[in-house]
Amino acid sequence: MLLSPALAISAVLFTLGVAGVLLRRNAIVIFMCVELMLNAVNLTFVALAQSLGLGGQVFVFFVMAVAAAEAAVGLAIILAVYRHKQSVSLQNMNLLKDG
Amino acid sequence: MNLNPAIPRDLLLSLLPELVLTGWALVLLLFVAWRHRTVRDLRIAGWLTLLALVSTAIAIWWLWWNRAGVRGVVSMIAADDFRWVADWVFVGAATLTVLISFTYLEREELLAPEYHVLLLFGTLGMMLMAAGADLIVIFLALELMSVAVYVLGGFDRRRARSAEAALKYFLLGAFASGFLLYGIALVYGATGTTNLILIGAQLSSAVRPSAMLLAGLALLIVGFGFKIAAVPFHMWAPDVYDGAPTPITAFMATGVKAAAFAALFRVMYQAFAAVPAWHEIMWWLAVITMSGGNLFALGQRSVKRMLAYSSVAHAGYVLVAVTAGGVAGTSAFLVYIVAYTLMSLGAFAVLIAKGRAGESDVTIDDLSGLAARRPWLAFALAVCMLSLLGFPGTAGFIGKWYILIAATSAGQNTLAAILVLTSVVSAGYYLPVIMAMYMKPEPIEAAHVDVRLDRWARAAVAVVVVGLLLFGVWPNRLFDLARSAGDSVHAVGTTTAAP
Repeated sequence: MLLSPALAISAVLFTLGVAGVLLRRNAIVIFMCVELMLNAVNLTFVALAQSLGLGGQVFVFFVMAVAAAEAAVGLAIILAVYRHKQSVSLQNMNLLKDG
Repeated sequence: MNLNPAIPRDLLLSLLPELVLTGWALVLLLFVAWRHRTVRDLRIAGWLTLLALVSTAIAIWWLWWNRAGVRGVVSMIAADDFRWVADWVFVGAATLTVLISFTYLEREELLAPEYHVLLLFGTLGMMLMAAGADLIVIFLALELMSVAVYVLGGFDRRRARSAEAALKYFLLGAFASGFLLYGIALVYGATGTTNLILIGAQLSSAVRPSAMLLAGLALLIVGFGFKIAAVPFHMWAPDVYDGAPTPITAFMATGVKAAAFAALFRVMYQAFAAVPAWHEIMWWLAVITMSGGNLFALGQRSVKRMLAYSSVAHAGYVLVAVTAGGVAGTSAFLVYIVAYTLMSLGAFAVLIAKGRAGESDVTIDDLSGLAARRPWLAFALAVCMLSLLGFPGTAGFIGKWYILIAATSAGQNTLAAILVLTSVVSAGYYLPVIMAMYMKPEPIEAAHVDVRLDRWARAAVAVVVVGLLLFGVWPNRLFDLARSAGDSVHAVGTTTAAP
């Protein structure tokens, strides 16, 4: 009974995350939007696990662990970029381009 | 030797190569924690890495030799010839990468032996991707590989270009993982399982796939599309390949891409073989990837960027094999990926000899007259370029020819024609490299004085050239191996779907 609203909310959250990644220019905000996408997927898994069994709930723990590992590496990379540019805006990422 | 993963001993046996590699990677991690300051420590770490890769290759060989396989049982880990052959490609790519990294790391003053640890963990992720028979395993393996390679891409963090490449790779990689994961969630919702064989069995009995399943499948294809750099999702690839340290670029263009394709083959043909919808999507992806990659490559002046776009184009050729499918398509993929790994790594190795500080600024004109000063190096690069072009007598030709046969026998004649046409276009950027080396004079007397490889990188290039020429004239052994591997992927779906 609760299944469809939960799935709808997670779909909306996922779309918001995708829109954020595509529209925002700040690397940290983009990274937060990616995390929003991952958490929307977690919500989907938990909602589906209500009727489909434990598999979905186990998956959520793996996703959380992966998200934590990604955050550790990602923030370190953002920091390395900040040291060069004094900025984390993607508008300043212009060293690599065609030509 | 038939393995039943429900028994712990068999499960450990079926994961033997991965366990060996994990053990070595942890030992190396400990070693690196104590000794990480001098050039000597870096060399020892490199040797340990080679030892780790060789022992892993022996473990794979042992399982292959004993015909180890998980047959007739539903398991999270697949053990079949497809996996062993793919594993050899990953281990081979990693070994060649280590060989060309020795002097590179010292020259660019990247005295951090963690490089080798990350390389091992990246390879481990690749091997698990080819082994995963469950979407959970494939996702975790993909992340294990990706996180290691994000760091490697930004390994030269004192150069702004390398840091920028790492940031772009990380953001788009994580974005793609989100799509892949949502796809997995929807497929799980539609079928109630994440196991590829169970999904396949369920779909072959379903009348027509539900909307949820189709949405999940589409998101999976988007996620994989990013990882293999197929054209609408390729925008990160040239920038990342350009900015990353060159040995890592070679590793990404060969190993990472091969691993994503191996997982794609397994997912598509073991789980979704009964859903025809994705064939047409793959057809279009192949067409625009082949034409887009080749056309963009034509406009590049930097050799490194040209090779990056050429790697996008080659992903398009492999997508033709995915579309063709069947045993022929799967074995064509394996033959092609062996050839591509060799020729791409060889080209990047020679580029390392010529360039300095990231090699981004080496243009095709900079190679003028290389043949007069360094005949063997020029010969090696020429063989790699001809092979990338698909010139008869090289492994690249055999690979393309096999893909063409798979495509035409699957009735994909248009696709085969487009493959040939775009290959002709690719001559427009591979041949100028050879012309510059052999037909133009050196710009100044001392232009190529410091172009040299150390003996290990030379050994790697020699292996590449010999391999390319050997497989080019005598591919039978490789064919047999690839064919039995192709059989093993498709046999699973038919045997377990029956009862």
